[in-house]
Amino acid sequence: MPSTHAPAHRERTTTIPTILARVLFLGAVLAVAAFSVPVMIQLQQWMWLSIVVLATIAIFALYSTKRFVPGKYLFPGTLFLVVFLITPIILTIGYSFTNFGDGTRGTKEQAIDSIVANSVQQSDDSTWYNLSVATQGDPVEGPFTLFLVDPGTGTVYQGDETAPVQEVPSGDVEVTSGFVTDADGYTILDAREVNTAYDTIQQLAVPITDSEAVRIQGANQAFEGSTVLSYDEASDTLTDSRSGEVYSVGTVGDTEYFVNADGERAFSQSWLQGVGLSNYERLFTNAGIAKQFGAAFVWTLVFSIGSVLLTFVVGFALALVLNDERVKGRRLYRSVLLMPYAVPGFISLLVWSNFYNRDFGLINETLGLHLNWMGDPTLAKAAVLLTNLWMGFPYMFIVSTGALQSIPSDVMEAARMDGASRLQTTIKVVTPLLLVAVAPLLVASFAFNFNNFNAIQLLTEGGPFLPGEYTRGGTDILISMIYRIAFGGSGADFGFASAVSVALFALTGVLAAIQFRFTTVLEDVN
Amino acid sequence: MQIRRKSFLALSGAAAGSALLAACGGDETAAGSSDAGGASDAGGAEEGAAPARADADLVIWTDEEKAASLEEPVATWGEANGLSVAVQIVADDLQGNFITANQAGNGPDMIVAAHDWIGNLVQNGSISPVQLPGDATEDIAPIGLEAVTYDSQTYGVPYAVETLVMFANKELTDVPEPKTVEEMVAAGEAGGADNVLSLPVGEQGDAYHMEAFYSSAGGYLFGTDTEGDFDPSDVGVGQEGSISAGEKIKELGDQGVLSTSITGDNAISLFTDGKAAYLVSGPWALEDIRTAEIDFAMGPVPGFEGLEAAVPFAGVNAFYVAAGGKNPAIAQQFATAVASSPDIVEQMFPRNELPPVNLTLQEKLAADFPEIVKIAELAEGAGPMPALPEMATIWEPLGQAQANIVGGADPESTMTSAGEEITSQIG
Repeated sequence: MPSTHAPAHRERTTTIPTILARVLFLGAVLAVAAFSVPVMIQLQQWMWLSIVVLATIAIFALYSTKRFVPGKYLFPGTLFLVVFLITPIILTIGYSFTNFGDGTRGTKEQAIDSIVANSVQQSDDSTWYNLSVATQGDPVEGPFTLFLVDPGTGTVYQGDETAPVQEVPSGDVEVTSGFVTDADGYTILDAREVNTAYDTIQQLAVPITDSEAVRIQGANQAFEGSTVLSYDEASDTLTDSRSGEVYSVGTVGDTEYFVNADGERAFSQSWLQGVGLSNYERLFTNAGIAKQFGAAFVWTLVFSIGSVLLTFVVGFALALVLNDERVKGRRLYRSVLLMPYAVPGFISLLVWSNFYNRDFGLINETLGLHLNWMGDPTLAKAAVLLTNLWMGFPYMFIVSTGALQSIPSDVMEAARMDGASRLQTTIKVVTPLLLVAVAPLLVASFAFNFNNFNAIQLLTEGGPFLPGEYTRGGTDILISMIYRIAFGGSGADFGFASAVSVALFALTGVLAAIQFRFTTVLEDVN
Repeated sequence: MQIRRKSFLALSGAAAGSALLAACGGDETAAGSSDAGGASDAGGAEEGAAPARADADLVIWTDEEKAASLEEPVATWGEANGLSVAVQIVADDLQGNFITANQAGNGPDMIVAAHDWIGNLVQNGSISPVQLPGDATEDIAPIGLEAVTYDSQTYGVPYAVETLVMFANKELTDVPEPKTVEEMVAAGEAGGADNVLSLPVGEQGDAYHMEAFYSSAGGYLFGTDTEGDFDPSDVGVGQEGSISAGEKIKELGDQGVLSTSITGDNAISLFTDGKAAYLVSGPWALEDIRTAEIDFAMGPVPGFEGLEAAVPFAGVNAFYVAAGGKNPAIAQQFATAVASSPDIVEQMFPRNELPPVNLTLQEKLAADFPEIVKIAELAEGAGPMPALPEMATIWEPLGQAQANIVGGADPESTMTSAGEEITSQIG
């Protein structure tokens, strides 16, 4: 019975080292918080900010006094549970109701800025000038004056926001290798200074003709051109100054874009928006998924149960054989059998996938066969199981060897004394005893293989796909099929992918519950 | 004992659940485009993570090979302009890492990458337009300019172009540059090689390598609108042209010229081992072919007799200015510097031999690197890979359909279903 009464501990905790440790610990927590709070405010990470603040307060409340002993023990686990498990789940669920993805990552302002900035057009046959930015005021605030040198003629021009571009008498400025380097009363900005004030300088519209202005590109070049699009906040529209066309906000699919008069998407830039249940609707009304889900689920079960049974049978058999003291060189055999375990999984999977090549693969060439391993769904399934057997049996071999050696020899001796043969001893005595220890690992192995994305993706990429079938290949397990649905086609669509993973999370939740039931049954046997 | 076992199982159950969530949901921060590794291994995210932005006046992110070639020329340029520079390698998923970092405001000032990313980078607001000086555009091959132009705007400074060409093993064929596919098959069979042609198909298909044949027989990916931009509502897969292309591809599959057992893993080695008379591949195959000392010839990928010319894809490497970088002015300045003279690209060439798009540089290199320059010239007959984001929906279904047809499936129904799949993905 663990005591929750503080007095029992009081004497033990009030020593100098413990006080010192506590002060150091709380000081470190405070330091981390003091460091990270301004950073998070700067990054506008309000959720993480509140987590840090709340956690810090909780740590001080719990650990600075001698009270709340149960809380002291519960807090670390709870914190990590919240930060590493619950928060990602909440975020994922949150994203599943948005259109977050390529083209919709930022805010509406960012999208408008990008559209307008991308509409700068160089006028036909524009002259390119060597540019020097100068100021009579502050190099950061301005006001700025542009000095332009036409590299063709060497003529020098000057202009600013109030005065259009005009020629400068050659004596007034100093020109070195095509750039104005000195002008009376002006400070010439260097590249770093131009860069600092670049946003302001780019906004300068210094007229050069009736319709065109000087546009700046980089720290030392300028050309004639204009920004074609402009945004009007009052009407929430973009206007094209050349064609006169007006673009307003309209919905295409489940997302708002700037659209033309016909309601067609005019610009690919959009912004992060809530889309309600649209992602789930897309998932559950996808005809391909509905049709293929059952088949994928059955193969996932066959694959994971088959993998566990095959690897266990082979691993256990080898462990039994090599556990017999009559076998010589057991250590050597055991080390050799661990070899597949020593090769990184993704390398062996890629190597194996080449072994199965119909015309050039090792297997067909060695055995003189002409089997289309990767092109026939049944053969491909066999190939996947075979490879996974090779990948997985060393694990079962290690586990079984360990479990076998922990079975007391007197049990077996007793069985022999009672007249059981070696085979009977193995089947009736050793195996049940071993299963008690190994069964939980078999369940874990099943759970691992149920989501063994690597084995499928690296070996067959889910294939072979029958003609006309794009959702599920012959060897696709649920996770690889879902991955293809979420990330396969349309680039990064995180909103939809989140909806898919929420659905999958619900599914694995049910499976986990079933697994726990299964474990309870095992405990009853025990 | 009981408690321990139960808690172990609870733990593994929780781990399985969280790994799942991490697999599907956790990718938000890590990866932009599909990344097979990320889904299986939650702990492996760090391998693919982007580096922290270096502290310099110009920070460029790119892949390993391009970074190696960029280091020196960029350093030289920085010195000449009194600016500090840093070239950083993003080995894995440069596009996704760049988009995420740029959005968060801690990305690079510039990236160097292939042009077919432009559509996705633009829709994410990740890059700024780069205007090219008029005299610079005269010196750049048209394919380079066409590739970096998206929605009537220039988004990058092109410097290198890659396209697929046909390599022929002169010992195995008497026709080093066949004019038609039929001529190639006849010559290859007469030469007695194990395989006439090595062109990667694989079980999942390879629409990139198949594009030459697909286009020659009348297939197209996206139609173009009146302004010449690709129109995602006009999908060519499933249309009549794609079906007749499917029929031609099926013929080649039936003859054994195309085979699903030739994959990206073994295509080049089949040719270098002398087991195939012809190979369709790009400049990256040159080194292996030279090492194997094959007596080879190089020419355009042929089309079918009496049909249209084969138009393989061209991929153009270019410099882009990040929209959210800390030093946009300096990045633009460097972009203009690359565009207005071939010097920087010329200094990059020895470390990473890519066919240049700069015409002056092509002339300069022609004597010492005839094959590289020839690929650059052949690229003029290629078409830039469409850069629009909808291309992501094309690759898998079209490749799969082509592989199935090579394996003997009915061209009409297979192509039609692929077209339906693509249209439903575009939505």
